[in-house]
Amino acid sequence: MTRYLALRVGQAVLVLWAAFTAGFVLLQLLPGDSILIKFQNPELGLSPDQIAEIRRLYGSDAPAIVRYVHTLLGFLHGDFGYSIDTGTPVLDRLAEGLPATAKLATLGFLVAVLIAVTIAFVSSYSRFAWIRGALLALPSLFVSVPTFWLGIVLIQVFSFQLKLVPVIGGTGFEQLILPVLTLAVPISAPLAQVLARSLDQVQAQPFVAVVAAKGASQRWILWRHVARNALLPTLTIAGVTFGELIAGSVVTETVFGRNGIGRLTEQAVAVQDTPVMLAIVVLSATVFVLVNLVVDLLYPVLDPRLAAKVGVTA
Amino acid sequence: MSLLEVRDLTVAYRTGNQVHQAVSGISFTVEPGEVVAVVGESGSGKSTTAHAIIGLLPGNGSVDSGQILLGGTDIAGWSSKRLESVRGAQIGLIPQDPTSSLNPVKTIGAQIGETLRIHKRGDRRTIARQVIELLTRVGLSDPEMRARQYPHELSGGMRQRVLIAGAIALRPRLIIADEPTSALDVTVQRRILDLIDDLRREFGTAVLLVTHDLGVAADRSDRLVVMRNGQVEEQGTTRAVLAGPQADYTRKLLQDAPSLTPRRFRDARPPAHTPAADEQPSAITVRDLVKEYRIGRKPFRAVDGVSFEVRRGTTHALVGESGSGKTTTARMIVRFATPTSGSVTIDGTDVARLRGEALRRFRRRVQLVYQNPAGSLDPRESVGDIVAEPLRNFRLADRAGRSKRVRELLDRVALPQAAYDRRPRELSGGQRQRVAIARALAVDPEVIVLDEAVSALDVTVQAQILDLLDGLQRDLGLTYLFISHDLAVVRQISDTVSVMRKGRIVETGTTQQVFHAPQHAYTGELLAAVPGAGAEQAA
Amino acid sequence: MTAQSGIDVLQPTSPARTGLSLRLPPAGLMLAWLAIAVAVLWATVPGLFTGHDPINGVPAEKLQAPSAAHLFGTDALGRDLLARVVHGSARSLSGGFVAVAVGLVVGTLLGLLAGSVGGLLDELVMRVVDVLLAVPGLLLALTAIILLGAGTTNVAIAVGIGSVAAFARLTRSEVVRVRRTDYVEAAFGSGGRFFTVLRRHVLPNSLGPVVALAAVQFGSAILAISTFSFLGYGAKPPDPEWGLLIAEGRNYLATSWWLTTLPGLVVVLVVVAAGRISRSISREDR
Repeated sequence: MTRYLALRVGQAVLVLWAAFTAGFVLLQLLPGDSILIKFQNPELGLSPDQIAEIRRLYGSDAPAIVRYVHTLLGFLHGDFGYSIDTGTPVLDRLAEGLPATAKLATLGFLVAVLIAVTIAFVSSYSRFAWIRGALLALPSLFVSVPTFWLGIVLIQVFSFQLKLVPVIGGTGFEQLILPVLTLAVPISAPLAQVLARSLDQVQAQPFVAVVAAKGASQRWILWRHVARNALLPTLTIAGVTFGELIAGSVVTETVFGRNGIGRLTEQAVAVQDTPVMLAIVVLSATVFVLVNLVVDLLYPVLDPRLAAKVGVTA
Repeated sequence: MSLLEVRDLTVAYRTGNQVHQAVSGISFTVEPGEVVAVVGESGSGKSTTAHAIIGLLPGNGSVDSGQILLGGTDIAGWSSKRLESVRGAQIGLIPQDPTSSLNPVKTIGAQIGETLRIHKRGDRRTIARQVIELLTRVGLSDPEMRARQYPHELSGGMRQRVLIAGAIALRPRLIIADEPTSALDVTVQRRILDLIDDLRREFGTAVLLVTHDLGVAADRSDRLVVMRNGQVEEQGTTRAVLAGPQADYTRKLLQDAPSLTPRRFRDARPPAHTPAADEQPSAITVRDLVKEYRIGRKPFRAVDGVSFEVRRGTTHALVGESGSGKTTTARMIVRFATPTSGSVTIDGTDVARLRGEALRRFRRRVQLVYQNPAGSLDPRESVGDIVAEPLRNFRLADRAGRSKRVRELLDRVALPQAAYDRRPRELSGGQRQRVAIARALAVDPEVIVLDEAVSALDVTVQAQILDLLDGLQRDLGLTYLFISHDLAVVRQISDTVSVMRKGRIVETGTTQQVFHAPQHAYTGELLAAVPGAGAEQAA
Repeated sequence: MTAQSGIDVLQPTSPARTGLSLRLPPAGLMLAWLAIAVAVLWATVPGLFTGHDPINGVPAEKLQAPSAAHLFGTDALGRDLLARVVHGSARSLSGGFVAVAVGLVVGTLLGLLAGSVGGLLDELVMRVVDVLLAVPGLLLALTAIILLGAGTTNVAIAVGIGSVAAFARLTRSEVVRVRRTDYVEAAFGSGGRFFTVLRRHVLPNSLGPVVALAAVQFGSAILAISTFSFLGYGAKPPDPEWGLLIAEGRNYLATSWWLTTLPGLVVVLVVVAAGRISRSISREDR
C-alpha cells in the first residue's frame, strides 16, 4: 500500500513539475520579453536605464536557465513572482480571486453531480421509452451550448423577462445562482453520459440476474449492487472534469462580472501578463493532479480487485 | 401434480419492428426431486426457456402465450414484483459463468447471506451462522475466511460453489441450473455436478439442467428434453432417448457428440505414407521447452521443460486443463512467443532463434488456427481478401492467380463460392472457422497448429470441422498439433497425445495407450471426468 | 471427404441487412447532416441565402425585432442579423476545420507512433499527454494564444493544440487494442510485414472512434472559437464571427433579445448536429 501511495504521489509530483516546465518554456521564454513590450511603450517615457532597472527587478535580464531555477525555487516556496500588469505579487492576486472561484466551482460541481445523477437514474429506471430518450438526449445538448451564451440567456430569462434574480446587487445567494447553473450545465453532461452508460452496463451483468433470481427487488438491486459498481467509471470522469471547472470559471466570471481566478486569467491573457498566467496554469494542474490522486486512492477502497493489486489486504 | 409444468410456452424478443420467436409452444414437466435436462445447440431456445420460468427475460423479451405452472399455480403472467417471493425461495438459479455472476465488490458471505436477508430469514447473527454452514455444505474449506473474501480471490470452481450455496440457501423445491459447468475444467465440472447431485438427494430438490453437452445430460438427468429452433424435438426418459432416439435431430446429435459416440480410434496412420517418411520421421521436435514469466518478483514457469515429437503427416494432441501451459507451448512453436530456453525444431530449422525476415519466411511453413474464428478474421475484410492475404504477403500469385487460388481453397474447405464477397460477420461460426482454415492452407504449410479450434462450436458443426480436418490431412499430408481441453474430441482426431499439467507433460503415448491404459493418475482422473463416459459403458 | 450435410449452408443475405442500406437513416441523423450542409452552403455561397450586406447597415432600420424583411432582426447599426450569421459561418466553420486538422494530425500521429512502436517512445509520448491532459483545454489554448497572439487563425490553431492530447490518447488506446486482437497476430502469421499489417489491419480498425472524436471535436472547436471571440481574442469587429455577434448583442440584452439568442441557437444547432453525426459514426463502427 505504501509502495502504491509513494508511486502515485511521485507520479503526481512529476506531472506537476513537467507542467510547470512546459508552462515556463511556453510563457516565459518563447514569447519574447513581455516586460520590454510593456515598458518600452513610448507613452510611458521611460529611459533605457530605467527599463534596464525594471528588468533587473523582475529578473528578466538573467539567462534562461537561471530564471528557470529561480522561478522554480520561488514556486516551491509559494513565491510566484510579480504581476507585470499591476506590479503586485502574483500570490496576492491569486489569493484575492481564489475564495470566490473556489465557492463557485465547488457549488457548480455539486449542482453538476446532482443534475447528472438525476438524468442517469431517472432515465435508467424510467418505464417510458420517450422519457428515457428525452433525458439521454439532454447531455449531448448540454455540451453543445456555448457557456457564455447560456449565461447570457439565463440573465435574459431570469433577470430581464421573469425578473426573479436582480441584475445588479441582490443577496449573495441570488448572485450565485445563475453563475453556478451556467458552470454546472456543461460539466454535468459527461458525468451524466458516463453514469447512465455504466448503470446500463452493470445492469446487463450476469450477477445482477443472479441477485434478481434470489428474489431481490429493483430497489435492492439498484442500491446494493448496481450503484456502487457504476460509481467507479463515473469517478474517473469526475476527476477529469474537475479541471474543466477552472476553464468554465473563466467564461462564467467574465459573463457575470464576478471577480475570481477566471476573470484574472482573462485579464492576464489580454495584457500578456505571463507570470500570472504561469501561476494559473500550475495552480489548475495542481488541482487536477490532487483531485485525481484522491480518486486513485479511493479506487482500491471501492473496488477490492484493485486493492489486491496495490497490496491492501481487505 | 407436477412440481413444474410448462404448457405451450411461447417467448419472443422484439428489436425495433422485428419479432423473433425464440421459443415456440413448448411443453414439458418437472416432477419433484427429478433432474430434467434441456439439451440443445446455441440458438435452440433452451436458456430462454429457463429464464422465462423465473421471469428474468431481458427487457425486449416476453412470454407471449402459454402457462408456467409451479405447483399448480400459473406464474407466467405474474409481475416481476409478485415473482420476488418465488425467486430464491421456491426456485433457485445456478448461473452459467461463475466469473461474472458474482458482484466483484461484495464479499462472498454477503452474497450468500443475501438470499436470506431478502426473504427476511433471521437476524444478522443467525444469517452469518447459516452462511458458514452453507459454505461448509458446498465443500469450501475454511468457511470463516471464505465468507470475508471477495470473488476475485477464489477460483472458478470455488465461485461456482458459492453460487450454488446462494441458490440452495432457502432450500427451494426447484433449481434451474443454466449451463452450470460449461465455463469450468472437466475435473472441476465433475465435482460441481457431483455436488449438485448430492444436494438434490439430500434436500429432494428437483433440478432443471440446461446444457449444450449431451454427455453431461446423459450422465446426470432422469429425463431429457431435446430442443431445436425453439421447439421440442423429442423428450422422454434419458435412458430411452439415448437407447432409441426417435427424432432425426436427436440421432444426429448423439452421433456427433464425441463423448457419446466414441468413434473408433482413428486408424493408426500408415507411417510409410511416403517412402521418405521414415527418413525424416518427425515434423516437429520440441526439446526441454521452458517459458518463464515474471509476476512481481518471483518467476512463474508457464511451461516447464516440455519435450515431444510429432511424426510427419500425423496429429499430435496437447491435452490439459486451463493453466496447464498447452496454449503457451503452442504459441512458442508458431513463434508468437519466444521460449525462455529449449528448442523447437521444425524440419531441421530451430524456430526459437528465428528473427526478422527469417521468421517471416518461417511462417509459410507453420500456420495457426485460433479458437475464436470471429476474433481471428479482420471484420472489415471480405472472405476473399482474408484468404488471399498470405498469398499476397508471400507474393505467391498475381491478382488473377490469387482469386483462382482462393476459389479453390473455398472449395477445399467446402464453403460456397458465394462466401467470397461476404464479411466474416455474415457467416456462421462453423463457416468462419472454415475461412480460417482456408487461410492457413493458402501457403501450403507443412504444419498446422489448431488451438482449441473446435471448442467454441456446437457439436454438429464441430463434427463437420473435424471431418474436414481429417480429410485435408489425408489429401495433403499435413501435420497437426491439436491443442484441446476436450478429451473426447482428442480421441477422435489424434494419433498421439501428450497430457499436460502445470507446465509439464505427465504422459505421452499413442491415443489408444493413453485412453485405455493411462499410466499417470492425473490422466485417469481426466478420463473419468469426461461427461458421458458413464453412459457409454452402460450402452 | 464426404459431402457436408445441409446444416452449414450459407445464409442468404437477409432482407433486413440488404434493407439497411436502402432504408433511410434515422430522422435525427438526416436533420444533423442537413444542418451541417446548410452551414457549409452559408459559408461557401452566402449570396444564395441573404441579399443584405453583413458589414454596412441601414441606420434607420436599427434594432428591429425579427420580421419578414429581417428574419433575425437587425442590430444597433441597422445590419441584418441573418446576413451577419450567414456570412459569419465561413469564419466559424473554417476555424473548426483548422482546429480539428491540427488536433487530428498531430494527435493521431503521436498516438499511432506510441501505440504501434511501443516501448520507451510510448512511455515518453504518453507522459507528455498526461501533462497536457492535466491542464484544461481552454487554459492550454489561452496559453497558446499568449504565445501566438490573438486573431482568428491563431485561435483556431490554439484550440486544436488543446485537443491534441485527447486525439493522441484515443488513437493510442485503439491501436493498442487492435494490435492485441487475434486477426492482427494472424496477419503476422500470414507473413505480413510490420507496415503492411499496420496499414491493412491496425489503421482501418482503429480509426473509427478517432473519426467520431474528430466529428465531435469539430463541434467543440466551434464552441471554443466562439468563446475566444467572445472573450475578445479572436475576430475583431465588424467581422461577423458567431461568438462576436453574441458578445456585441450583450449590450442590448434588456431590449433586443434576438441579438444574442438567435446567433447562439445557430451555434447550438451546428454543434448538436456534429455531435449526432459523431455518435452515428461510433455506432456504425461497432
